[in-house]
Amino acid sequence: MMMNLSASRPTNFSKIPKNKLDLSMNTSNLAQVNAAAVGNGADSLEQDARLDQKSSFIVVAFILSGSAWLLLGSILGTVASFKMHMPDWLGEQAWLTFGRIRPLHLNWMAYGWASQVGVGVSLWILSRVLKTTIPVRPWLFVGLLVWNLCLLIGGIEILMGHSRGLEWLELPIYTIVPIVFVIVLAGEAAISMLYTRKQPHLYISAWYIIAALVSFPLLGIVSSLPIFEGTVQAGMNWWYAHNALGLWFTPMGLAIAYFLIPKVTGRPIYSYPLSVLGFWSLLLFYNWNGFHHLIGGPVPTWFVTISIAASVMMIIPVVTVAVNHHMTIIGSFEAVKYSPTLRFVVFAAMSYTFVSLQGSFQAIRAFNETIHFTHYVIAHAHAGVYSFFTMMLFGAVYYIMPRITNWEWHSPKLIKLHFWLSASGMIIYLVGLQIGGIIQGLEMNNPDIPFMTVVNNTKKWLLSRSFAAILLTAGHFVFAYNVFRLMHLRKVRPAPPVTWLDIQRQRAQQPKPEPVPFSKKVANAFSGLNQSLKRWANDVKVDEH
Amino acid sequence: MIKNSILILGIVGLFLFAMIGLTILPKVFIEPNVEKANVYVWGRAAEGHKVYVSNGCIYCHSQQVRPKGFGADFERGWGRASVATDYKGLTPHQLGTMRTGPDLSNIGVRQPGRDWHLLHLYNPRTVIKESIMPPYPYLFEIVDADKTLKEGLKLPPEYQIPGKKVIPTDEANALVDYLLSLNQKDPIKPQQN
Repeated sequence: MMMNLSASRPTNFSKIPKNKLDLSMNTSNLAQVNAAAVGNGADSLEQDARLDQKSSFIVVAFILSGSAWLLLGSILGTVASFKMHMPDWLGEQAWLTFGRIRPLHLNWMAYGWASQVGVGVSLWILSRVLKTTIPVRPWLFVGLLVWNLCLLIGGIEILMGHSRGLEWLELPIYTIVPIVFVIVLAGEAAISMLYTRKQPHLYISAWYIIAALVSFPLLGIVSSLPIFEGTVQAGMNWWYAHNALGLWFTPMGLAIAYFLIPKVTGRPIYSYPLSVLGFWSLLLFYNWNGFHHLIGGPVPTWFVTISIAASVMMIIPVVTVAVNHHMTIIGSFEAVKYSPTLRFVVFAAMSYTFVSLQGSFQAIRAFNETIHFTHYVIAHAHAGVYSFFTMMLFGAVYYIMPRITNWEWHSPKLIKLHFWLSASGMIIYLVGLQIGGIIQGLEMNNPDIPFMTVVNNTKKWLLSRSFAAILLTAGHFVFAYNVFRLMHLRKVRPAPPVTWLDIQRQRAQQPKPEPVPFSKKVANAFSGLNQSLKRWANDVKVDEH
Repeated sequence: MIKNSILILGIVGLFLFAMIGLTILPKVFIEPNVEKANVYVWGRAAEGHKVYVSNGCIYCHSQQVRPKGFGADFERGWGRASVATDYKGLTPHQLGTMRTGPDLSNIGVRQPGRDWHLLHLYNPRTVIKESIMPPYPYLFEIVDADKTLKEGLKLPPEYQIPGKKVIPTDEANALVDYLLSLNQKDPIKPQQN
């Protein structure tokens, strides 16, 4: 049986101007709801509002904290990117050298931004789908403080040159272990919610979140054991790094998509049994992927072959998830124009399909021979962590914040600006570095081309990445400004919630407008552009007050 | 509530299955075959390994050579295919997955000159005009020429500082020792299986 995820019903949205609708897609269940209009959903809405009130403080804390790390991480990433083609820039100081800035960018983004916001959003979704409050909230807050302290100390250690020296595990042991234990606490909270849930049906999002919160602590603890050295350590390293994506970020991201797509469109998931298949096959195959980073490396071939096979088998969970997400969205695609949340989530869901199929393809020996050791892989990693996971988190934050704070986003335009900065930045990033990476790989495998020529030919692609980095960083500052305005300049209360299905129903009842001739359309487009420019200018003026 | 337990046991079970496969089995199958290290990293070279780790050389340089016929690693002179024995006892491993710069497994043979390495570390553009490698001036001391008897780096004219000498620190020397110790001269046959 499907859970009723589309509980929200509008009162009368035909009176909401189009501009407002953008926000009303995103509004809070805490808002006063006309109980008569909502009908059977009323109990659920009130219950959700109570749950949101309880989870408000801790979820906001995780989101704000993660967003701060996002800004720091973006600056580091941009600096590292510029250093790739301006090697002497900021080269005098040891702590500003590329080899320290780059790992710190990764660690603050992965363990600061992505993990913290991921945990906050995950706990909120669990509270919603299991209909129970988040337990141990004060301890989770203390945990968050410890987490931030560890990131700060660990970051200083990396800048001072005391990195652990393993990719994805640069934070010194004494800072990564407390972070793992904070996530153990979050996992413990999740499991206790699972056992005390008020909702008998276990929705698929909960499965994925439990998987993430159970797997990551195990992963963190095993990788911190001092029993690995040499080649075996390299194997452990890539087993960890790939699983940090596969068993930590990916399940959280998919859980968000499975929750938000039905929630915003008002439609149930296309095939529920398929989502269960997708879940178990993800766990079965993703776990084994790590060694495809060591193709041609000094490990027995059969280990590598197992990983390649598992990577190719990842097509099963990816296609099942893709069918579910895209088939649910397909009739409601127009809704992305109105819902900021859905815009981010659809971009992220498409990226997931793209990046995962690309990943399976990349693991095949013939292709790996070319792209291994090139910038192509860096782009692939960003497609996973940024295009998929980070965009999903943005979508979730835009959905959740008005509900848990009961304050509305101020400017749909700034949200749109953030989306386009992030999306265009990422597309430039991926196209540039992947083309550049393939060229680099082909040239590197041709011994007649001197290595210096190979390096020279990558420079222009590295430059395009720096341009993308500026766009992305600008997008992140717009995002942070949006969050800041919502938290501090509280002025708008959220309107009653609407789903896309409701809007479509309402439209069906209205008489259809006369078809417009093409020449008229062109004329309208120009006057519309003119008007929107004027409106935009006015909006900027209003914003300054 | 049995469903909850199936879910959690399923997650943990599948995790442990792969964990044993990818961390414990390699330990069982690889380590007993590794009898002695090919490359001894000890003394000042071991200190150099620490400098290598602390400055994040791994983010641009790999230390794993693919077998002949798979890529052009061999043809470029980066050495024979790496084997597990090359890394015995080494922690943290520095195999790396990126070649913004070339592989360094055989750098001790390809660039045997200590002076070349010191110049290259001080500022790579002193020896390779178009290099995009970061400079490491903080591994060197700049002292007044009349206050030291040590020999400074023989910098090209445009990099010289009048009245000063550029003296490598112990860290720079250790790093060069480490780089010179990296070689693939031993014609070890790849392991069976």
